[in-house]
Amino acid sequence: MMWEQIRSNRIRSLVLVAGMGAFLVLLGLLLGYVIAGSGIAGLVIALVIFGVMNLIAYTQGDSILLNVAGARKIKREDHPRLWNVVEEMQIASQLPKMPDIYIIDDPSLNAFATGRDINHASVAITSGLLQKLNRDELQGVIAHEMGHVKNRDVVLMAWCSVLLGTIVILSYYGSRFMMFGGMSGGSRRNSRDNNNGGGAAALIMILAFVLMILAPIFAQLIYFAVSRKREYLADASSALYTRNPEGLASALDKLAASTTPVKNANQATAPMYIVNPFRAKNLNDLTSTHPPIQERIRILRAMAGNASYTAYNEAFSQIKGKKGGIINPQTASLVGAVPVVRPAGADSGPIEPVSDKVERTREVSDMMLKLDNYEMIDCDCGARLKVPPALQGQTVRCPRCGRTHQT
Amino acid sequence: MVFLWVVLALVVLGLFFLWGAYNGLVNAKNVVKNAWAQIDVQLKRRFDLIPNLVETVKGYKNFEQETLIAVTKARTAVQGVPEGNIGERAKAEGELGAALSRLMVVVERYPELKANQNFLALQEELTGTENRISFSRQAYNDSVLQYNNKTQQFPGNIVAGMFNFKKEQEFLQATESEAEKKAPKVSF
Repeated sequence: MMWEQIRSNRIRSLVLVAGMGAFLVLLGLLLGYVIAGSGIAGLVIALVIFGVMNLIAYTQGDSILLNVAGARKIKREDHPRLWNVVEEMQIASQLPKMPDIYIIDDPSLNAFATGRDINHASVAITSGLLQKLNRDELQGVIAHEMGHVKNRDVVLMAWCSVLLGTIVILSYYGSRFMMFGGMSGGSRRNSRDNNNGGGAAALIMILAFVLMILAPIFAQLIYFAVSRKREYLADASSALYTRNPEGLASALDKLAASTTPVKNANQATAPMYIVNPFRAKNLNDLTSTHPPIQERIRILRAMAGNASYTAYNEAFSQIKGKKGGIINPQTASLVGAVPVVRPAGADSGPIEPVSDKVERTREVSDMMLKLDNYEMIDCDCGARLKVPPALQGQTVRCPRCGRTHQT
Repeated sequence: MVFLWVVLALVVLGLFFLWGAYNGLVNAKNVVKNAWAQIDVQLKRRFDLIPNLVETVKGYKNFEQETLIAVTKARTAVQGVPEGNIGERAKAEGELGAALSRLMVVVERYPELKANQNFLALQEELTGTENRISFSRQAYNDSVLQYNNKTQQFPGNIVAGMFNFKKEQEFLQATESEAEKKAPKVSF
């Protein structure tokens, strides 16, 4: 099931990378023609820049990224729980090698995965998030990141960011050249070319300009579109690995509630985080790197006792009102019913019968609260919500199971 | 002549398909094997963790000796299972898991112990290990499901039949032994 999914991913990735590569080649050719009078020279320069950047990305990419994010690598002793959870998820996802684990000292809530291939991956999490999550939720988040590694998203993203970076650099310096130094050369050539059709040269010039402006935007849009789709897939993988969609759902709840932006994030690294590090807007437009977080939570909660890809697909269709789901149906159908289970050591297990003494104490305290105008709501999961009268808003969410109730 | 070329092309295509399908099956089978080995690794890990745990808990006076003895006994029982007897082994490991989970429940009654850093670290270690065991079982089941799908679905089943990739392998039941069912309920 897993690698079938990956195979179709690979094809899609190939198309994407090829598309961006075509942009790069075209840009190089045009810029070369306009500035230096030779398309081939431009292409060579473009490819050299691309090659150098690729080399850097391959050898240093993840460490640069982690450095920029201010992450520090940890050992088992530094945070045994985190280490254990990562190892558990490595087993569940059947990754061949344990990824490196990093902590970012930042009160904001976020996490990301990076790496050049499946054997050289890193998972990073902010200290703020680490503090806020219980074990189940941490497992959900780590499983999501492992999903990114396992689905080869980190590899694709590394490639894409290099391509995108090259295109941006080329456009930036190309436009400067054309504005200042290069313009004189261009016009000189234009006057020479005037004899045999300056119109064509002018056309190419305009084309180069347009492409220079559009290429970075298009490349970025492709990048973001892929990143959005992959978030859903990683969510589905998280549910499958942990067999517990609620873990990630409630972690995302906590993430949604926080508004602290990540200190050391920028537009280029944004798609790598579990939720958009900027959070300025939560609209599902073309430029957003992540699907709306509430939607992701609703999909996970709609999975109804089944943690398979098929269940995620059904939930996705149900929430989004779209047929077919997000995951390739052929691959999704390979996984049968996968019941949700609660892992050992879960912070919230099923409710055990309580002793008489506790029962009496509860009754008394409930009575006191009722006198203070608290509203009592019995949730289907067995928890009783005690809603203070000062609560703002019409709905309240059960902290145990996440159902929403009207007050 | 054209006909001959078409036949040749079809044969080559067929061979390519066979090649891919065969390698896919071998791969799936190896994944199953590897996943099975992984369970063993994790069980061993739990086994090694126990002496440390028992040592830490033993120091507390009035600690329920029964539970401790049960854990130690179950561990010895696991050790005593002859190599290769999977049924016996699964049963013994199930008993050990149950004894451990009972110990973890009993511990709730000893606030002193719960305040002990050393013990808390061990508790996390044990939780992690239990999770690892269940996740490695889960991974095994996933890989078996995938292998089975590959050998049973068309057209993989033809190749599987040709090269004698055998029937489905047993799903590992999550063993819930008698002792586990009797685990005491927590009361707060």
